[in-house]
Amino acid sequence: MTETENTGTPEERVPRRVIGTPVPGGQPNGRPGGQVGVVGGTETEVHEAEPGTGVVFPDPASARRAERLVALLFLVAFLAGVGFIVSYVAFQVGDIDSTATSNFALGGTMTLAFLSLACGIVVWVRRIMPKYNLVQERHPMASDPAVRDEVAKVFVQGAEESGFVKHKLLRRTLLLAAAPLGLAPLVLLKDLGPLPGTALRHTVWKQGMRLVVEGTGQPIRAADFNSPGGILSVVPEGYEHDLNALAKATLILIKLRPEQFKSGTNLNWTHDGIVAYSKICTHVGCPAALYEQTTNHILCPCHQSTFDATDGAKVIFGPAARPLPQLPITVDAQGYLVAQRDFLVPVGPSFWERGDAEAEVRGQA
Amino acid sequence: MTTTTAGPGRDGGFTPPKAIGAVSGFMDDRIGAGNFLKRNMRKIFPDHWSFLLGEIALYSFVILLLTGTFLTFWFEPSMHEVEYNGSYEPLKGVMMSQAYASTLEITFDIRGGLLMRQIHHWAALLFVAGLMAHMLRVFFTGAYRKPRELNWLIGLGLFTLALVEGLFGYSLPDDLLSGAGLRITQGVLVSLPLVGTYLQFFLFGGEYPGEDVIGRFYSLHILLIPGLLLALISAHMILMWVQKHTQMPGKGRTEKNVVGAPFYPAFMAKSGAYFLFTFAVVAGLGTFAQINPIWLYGPYTPADISAGSQPDFYMGFLEGSLRIMPAWEINIGDYTLPLSVIIPALVPLGLVMTGAALYPFVERWITGDNREHHIADRPRNNPHRTAIGVSVITFYGILWLLGANDEISANFHISLFALSIFGRFAIFFGPALAYLITYRICLGLQRADAEVLAHGVESGVIVRSPEGSYSEIHTPPDEDIAEHLRGKKEIPMLPAEPDGEGIPPKGLRGPLGRLRAKMSRTYGTDHVPLPDGHHEEEHAAVGAGEERKQLH
Repeated sequence: MTETENTGTPEERVPRRVIGTPVPGGQPNGRPGGQVGVVGGTETEVHEAEPGTGVVFPDPASARRAERLVALLFLVAFLAGVGFIVSYVAFQVGDIDSTATSNFALGGTMTLAFLSLACGIVVWVRRIMPKYNLVQERHPMASDPAVRDEVAKVFVQGAEESGFVKHKLLRRTLLLAAAPLGLAPLVLLKDLGPLPGTALRHTVWKQGMRLVVEGTGQPIRAADFNSPGGILSVVPEGYEHDLNALAKATLILIKLRPEQFKSGTNLNWTHDGIVAYSKICTHVGCPAALYEQTTNHILCPCHQSTFDATDGAKVIFGPAARPLPQLPITVDAQGYLVAQRDFLVPVGPSFWERGDAEAEVRGQA
Repeated sequence: MTTTTAGPGRDGGFTPPKAIGAVSGFMDDRIGAGNFLKRNMRKIFPDHWSFLLGEIALYSFVILLLTGTFLTFWFEPSMHEVEYNGSYEPLKGVMMSQAYASTLEITFDIRGGLLMRQIHHWAALLFVAGLMAHMLRVFFTGAYRKPRELNWLIGLGLFTLALVEGLFGYSLPDDLLSGAGLRITQGVLVSLPLVGTYLQFFLFGGEYPGEDVIGRFYSLHILLIPGLLLALISAHMILMWVQKHTQMPGKGRTEKNVVGAPFYPAFMAKSGAYFLFTFAVVAGLGTFAQINPIWLYGPYTPADISAGSQPDFYMGFLEGSLRIMPAWEINIGDYTLPLSVIIPALVPLGLVMTGAALYPFVERWITGDNREHHIADRPRNNPHRTAIGVSVITFYGILWLLGANDEISANFHISLFALSIFGRFAIFFGPALAYLITYRICLGLQRADAEVLAHGVESGVIVRSPEGSYSEIHTPPDEDIAEHLRGKKEIPMLPAEPDGEGIPPKGLRGPLGRLRAKMSRTYGTDHVPLPDGHHEEEHAAVGAGEERKQLH
C-alpha cells in the first residue's frame, strides 16, 4: 500500500481513477493524446451516477488500522498453513483413533487457514478498497436489424455458393451417409450386457438344495428351529458369496404355530410351521429384513411395505403391490430344510414382462 | 504490496510494474487480450446477498473437482471380491469388493484421505443445496425472464446432472448403505415399461448387482458428468457475463443500466474471499461433522440392509414419494405396469422440472410481455408467481419429510401408517394451502409497502391533538428504501377487451384463448397499486390518516 494512494481527498482522485468518468474539459488528466480518452470514452460505458459518488475511498487512518488487522489475519493463515504441513508429518494414520487425530489436525488447520485468509480479504475489500457505486449502461441483447439482415444475407449467399441448396443429390446422400453413423454409437453399446431373456423369472433354488443360515453357512435342522416366532435370514447352499444369486434367492425363514396360518399361505410348502418367503421386497427389491414377532409382520425398511407372515406374506400396507413369494420347502433324509423346487413366480421388483404370474399359478392349480 | 506501483497520485500516469507489463505485452502481441480486458476489467457487478447463492454452488463444484481428483488416486472402481487386509481391525478378513476395500484404505491408510472424503461428500451436499437455493432465488425474483431463459434452462440441466452425479458418487464406495441406494435404482429402472429390463441388463452388465456397475458409475461420475457439468457451467457463466447480472430495484437502477462495483478489483477480491469462505465451511464440516462413515456399514450384500437407511438429502424427496405411494400395479395381458414405482419415481421430478423449464415461456405467453428484464422482482410484487414457487417448495418439502417417515415415526411416536396416509393427502392439500397463504402474505406485504410510501414509517413519536386525540407521527422513508419499494413493476396483461365490433383480439379466441385471457387478467391484476408521488408526499407529512383503512 503506497502512501500516495492514501493522500488527497476522494473528490480530487475520483475523476482520474474512474474509467469512463467524463474528463473535465475533454482532456484526459495528466495524459497527452487520446489514449486514455478512448478508455474513458463511451465504449466501456462505466460512469458515476453523480460526480464524486462512484469511488469513495475510506478514511486513511481507518484504512491503516484495517491494514494491521488484515496483516494479522494473513499471519494467522500463514501459521495455520504451516500447521497443516506439520500435522501431515506429525500425525500418522492406521486405526480409528490416530485417523481421528490426524483428521482433526489437518482439517482444523486447513479450516483456520481458509477462514482467516477469507476474513482478511473481506476486511481488505470493505475497509481499504473504496466504496463503489458505478453505473454501466446496458444495451438490448438483440443485434441491430441491419446486422441481422446482413447475417441473413451472408448465410443465404454462403448456402448458395456451397451448392448445398441447388444440388439435391449431394444434400440427400449426405443426410443418408450421416444416418447410420449417427446410430453406430448406440449399436456399439449393445454389448454392455446380455439380453434379459427369462433370467428374472428364476432363482438358483432347485429341488433338494439346502437352506443355510446367512453369514455362518450352517444348514438348518427343522427340529432345531422350533421356537415359534423365530426368524432366520437364509441363503442357498453353495451360493453364500454369489451376490447375483443372493439378490434373488435370499429368504426369510419364519417359525409359526400351525394354527396361526391363514389361507394365503400354501401349507404344502411349509414344514412343521416353518415357512420360507423371499426376502427381496416386491416393491423395489430391498431386503425386507424387519420382523415383528407380536404381529407377525414383515417390514421392508426402505419404503415400509408391510407383509403378513401368517397369510402368505400378503401386503397389508405400503407401496408393494404383491406378496413376498413363498418358497416350497421340506426336509431331506437328515432332517435338514431343503427346497422342494424353485419359486413358482418371479421374485423381487415388478417388471414389464412379468405379467400376472400369480394368476397363472392359480390357473394351473 | 510493492511500493513501485505507480499510483495516479505519483506521476499522474497508470504504468503497471515492469514484470506485469512485459508479460501482458507478450500476451497482447499474440492474442490481442487488451481489447477484451479493456471492455471487461471494469465490468460492473451489482450487489445483493441473494446473488451469492449461485456462487456457493460454483465454488463447491471447484472443491469437488479438487477433492475428487485426490480420491481417484487411490480408489479402485472394481467389484472384484477380495479379503480385507488393511488397518481397520473390525473388518479384517472380511470378503468385500475392491471398491469398498480401497475406500477403507483412503479412510484409514492415507493421511488426509478421510478429510478429503468427508470434504468431498459435504461439498456435494452443499453443491446441490447451493443450486437449489440459487434456482429459487432466480425463480422468485423473475430473473429467468427474457433475455435469460436460456440460462435458466442450462441451470435446470445442471441441477438434473448434479442429482445424477450425486447418486452415482455415493454408490461408488459399495458399502451396505450405498448398496441400498443402488438396489432402489435397479428396482426403479427395471419397473419402466417396455425398456426397463433391457436398461437394467445393459447398465449392470446382466443381473443385479453383477460385476460392472461400480466401474461404469465411476467413469460416468468422474469423467462424463463432470465434463458436462463443466461445459454447462462455463456456458452459464459466459451467458451471465454477456447479459450482465440482474439487479434489485433501487436508487438510480434502471432496466438500461447496472449499478455496483467493478470486477477488478472489488468483485474479484470479494469472490475470492467468498470461495475461501466456502472452502473453510466445507473443510470445517469435513473435520468436525462426520459424514458417511462407511466403515460402520460393512460391505454390500443384497441380502442385508440396516434399518433407517437414508439417501443423501437431495434424493430424499424421491424416497418420500416412493413411500407414500399406494400399491397400484396393473397387469395388461402378459405385461405388468408397476405404477407404485413408476409414478413416484418419475412424476414428481418430471412435474417440477418440466414446469420449471416451461415457466418462463408460459409466463410470457400469459402476460404477452416480450420486453427484456434486468431489474429483479421482489417476490411479493408478483404474488401468483411467488405462490406457485412456495407451493412447489411445499410439494417438495412434504415428499422430502416423508422420505424420513420412519425416523419421524420413531422419534415423535407417531404411527408410521397414519403418517404415510396423512402424506397421501398432504401432498395435494399442502401445496394448495401454501399457494393461498403465500398469495395473501404477498398482498399483505404489498400493502405494507404502499403504506410506507403513502404515510411513511412509524417514528415512535405519539402526539396529542388539541382535541385530545392521539396519533403517531410518520416520517418519510429513506430515499434508498423508497426507491427500492418504488421498483415495483406492473405485470403486463393481454389486451382482453373486444374491439369495436365485439371481436376479441387475435390469440384470445376459442377456449384456449379465453383461458389465456383469464389467466392473464388474474396473473397481472395489481390489487395494491402504489400511491403516486404527489399523493405520497402530502400524506407522509400529515401522518396517519383515514386512507390507511382503504388499504386494508
